[in-house]
Amino acid sequence: MAFFILRRLGVMLLTALCMTFVVFLLTNLPPNLEKLAKTQAGSRITDTEVTSWLERNGYAAPILLRYGEWLGVWPADLVTDAEGTPIGGRCLRGRSGITSADEVPRYCGVIQGDWGYSTKYRVGVAEIIGERLARTGILMFWAFATMVPLALIIGVLAGMREGSGLDRSLSTFSIASTSTPEYVSGVIFVVVFASSMVGLKWFNGSAKSAVDGVTFENFTLPVATIALYGMGYIARMTRASMAEVMTAQYIRTARLKGVKFSTIVLRHALRNALIAPFTVIMLQFPWLLTGVVIVEALFVYPGFGNALVEGAQNNDIDLLLAVSVVAVVVVLVTQLISDIGYAFLNPRIRVS
Amino acid sequence: MEPMTWTGALGPYLNPAIQIAALALAVSALANILVALFSANERVQYSEHGAVLQSNATLRFTRMAMGLSLAALVAIVLGYILGGILMPAGEKGIVGSIASRFTPVWIALAVTFVVSIAFKKRLGLYGHLFDNVIGMVGFGLVMFWVFTAIFADAIVPFDPVQDVISGMKNKAPGTPLPNPAEGQFTHYLLGGDALARDVFSRMVMGSRVVLTIAPAATLFAFMVGITLGVPAGYMGGKFDTVLSFIANLVLAFPVILLFFLLVTPEIITMGVPTYMAAVLFLFPIIFLVILWNSRFHTRTGLRNLLVALTVLIGGWLYLGLAWDLDPFGLVSIPGGVLIVFVSVVFVNSPTVFRIVRGLTLDISTRDYVAAAQTRGEGPWYIMLWEILPNARGPLLVDFCLRIGYTTILLGTLGFFGLGLPPESPDWGTSINGGRGLLQFFPFPPLVPAVAIMSLVLGLNLLADGLREESLRD
Repeated sequence: MAFFILRRLGVMLLTALCMTFVVFLLTNLPPNLEKLAKTQAGSRITDTEVTSWLERNGYAAPILLRYGEWLGVWPADLVTDAEGTPIGGRCLRGRSGITSADEVPRYCGVIQGDWGYSTKYRVGVAEIIGERLARTGILMFWAFATMVPLALIIGVLAGMREGSGLDRSLSTFSIASTSTPEYVSGVIFVVVFASSMVGLKWFNGSAKSAVDGVTFENFTLPVATIALYGMGYIARMTRASMAEVMTAQYIRTARLKGVKFSTIVLRHALRNALIAPFTVIMLQFPWLLTGVVIVEALFVYPGFGNALVEGAQNNDIDLLLAVSVVAVVVVLVTQLISDIGYAFLNPRIRVS
Repeated sequence: MEPMTWTGALGPYLNPAIQIAALALAVSALANILVALFSANERVQYSEHGAVLQSNATLRFTRMAMGLSLAALVAIVLGYILGGILMPAGEKGIVGSIASRFTPVWIALAVTFVVSIAFKKRLGLYGHLFDNVIGMVGFGLVMFWVFTAIFADAIVPFDPVQDVISGMKNKAPGTPLPNPAEGQFTHYLLGGDALARDVFSRMVMGSRVVLTIAPAATLFAFMVGITLGVPAGYMGGKFDTVLSFIANLVLAFPVILLFFLLVTPEIITMGVPTYMAAVLFLFPIIFLVILWNSRFHTRTGLRNLLVALTVLIGGWLYLGLAWDLDPFGLVSIPGGVLIVFVSVVFVNSPTVFRIVRGLTLDISTRDYVAAAQTRGEGPWYIMLWEILPNARGPLLVDFCLRIGYTTILLGTLGFFGLGLPPESPDWGTSINGGRGLLQFFPFPPLVPAVAIMSLVLGLNLLADGLREESLRD
């Protein structure tokens, strides 16, 4: 078991390295760096000014070296003027009032715990990511708290009598929910519940005020929008697993003994039927990231997804790298948990 | 010119009727669920025909009520459409006018269904689809959009991009034009958007964009996934390990981050889409060449002919699509569309790869594969002519699902304004254009949103029907 986890952690590290390198490569393409220089130093600067800005701020070194700087395994370049006062470089970003090169650390990468400096928000990346993740965490929590129980109930009800009318109507509902992406259901929800045309105006069409405190009015629509799209998939998996369990020998034995149907479902079938959906639920986490980005854009909620969008639009290299690290860690950790959890829940599986 | 009402002259008769039918359907569906939950479902009845399972009387009653009210609802909706087409021009209402604009689509749909049902015994899996209500509904929805895309030029009353009519900005559905020219259509059926273009025409034309890119991109993703997945599953070893690692790497990449990094004007100026297309578009040609060679290598004449044809036609398309170097100047894609296409293929291929690999691992243990190996067939023949045809059922189902997923991805790209030009009528871009004023002028984003939903729903239902019918065989 320990070896299995260690190996998975090794693969995880390798994946994260490859991924961040790809992100680094893409964000450091010459036109992207030029865009960065123009957003930082003014959009009307000439090409020579762009080059000198990039050199002054430590973006001119070869890409592998700068990736090493970001990782913290290569000493960061420090650009100094004629008197030796540092004027730019990776380790200088976000620090002010420094007069001599000795005050600047030589290494400032991820290994040293320095996630870099966001050129868009002009603060440390760690600070932004922490704040944004907390906000998105609240959104995700409520989305999961609605999605998972509802999906399990729908799946169990549909799967307990395969082919019945109840099964058909619930299955059709699940299919409909998987075919409603967030930007569609969000638009429909806002039109129905928040627009002046329908006039219900039960909820807010914007979640901006949720930053100061989550209320029923400002959070229902975003949560419902995220939950709806993921729900159908979990419900379908639960249904399949439940339907399979209901054909098992021991269920038939219980039925023939004359056990009440509700007891069979709740006591005998339910526990075994919930093993497979556990995996599916864990694997929904990475899927939710896309949903979160869309919902945060649609409902103007400044969370993690919003940071991704802003970072990409402004080519905020360090922010995007941190975002991708968080994303890959979420993906791989949930995969790991789902594998280990599956082995724990299902006594027939042994991890080797 | 008067503004149109939704239902025109039919409204006073059909509107109350449809309300009653909808209410009846809701009540009976709820009653059906409650009865099914709280009563014993079936009991064995003994009669002169022997023992039969019979559901209880209340349940049969609620089920019948549900069926009847559903039938009534469908009949009334059909009444709106048919009545709308038959009504004189001034009294059609919005629903009726839209129904008459779609006339070629209705005719094509009717012909398709009549012909298919008449010959369903001879049509294999496709014919079986018409035994399945869910599959039929899905097929109907999909074909509706396919025919809409085909006949879009005849359906649209206005040009979706160029017709900007002053005074029609953010107008409600059914608003008449201020001073229509001779022979011009007189109303904006579903209102005007923020740039005073016709929402209805944009929705119809958008189907053409979506239904060209989504199926084509899915097909390419399948070509890539199959060409790499079958050998990975069949041969295993280092090849499999490396490819699986790359596939998992791409899958661990959040789709949305990849889109934001790849689909930008800066990346297009660097020529990245061209290089990606150059690699990805090679796969169909490789696939076909190996396919012909493995089957016909003993009949050199036929093999040479097929390979030559594939290389010529494929190479011509390849030069045009990937490198924009078509010697005849016929085939080319603009950079914005190419990057959208390529990134959608790129995101989809690893999943297809994993599915194909899994299926191959499963099928290669079968006896007919062992028989082919004993016969001394080459590995490529076994992979492409023994294993692949036997994986077609699950792959077909996944293909339908994946077109739906690709449609959603395209919508996501449009929603963030990535790739396609901002005036493009595709549905995601239209939603993006209208979402800012969503609470005040809901129609510009709502109409394409419903269009996406119905197309994806149709594809998912079709996949469900196909799965059920192929399992039955």
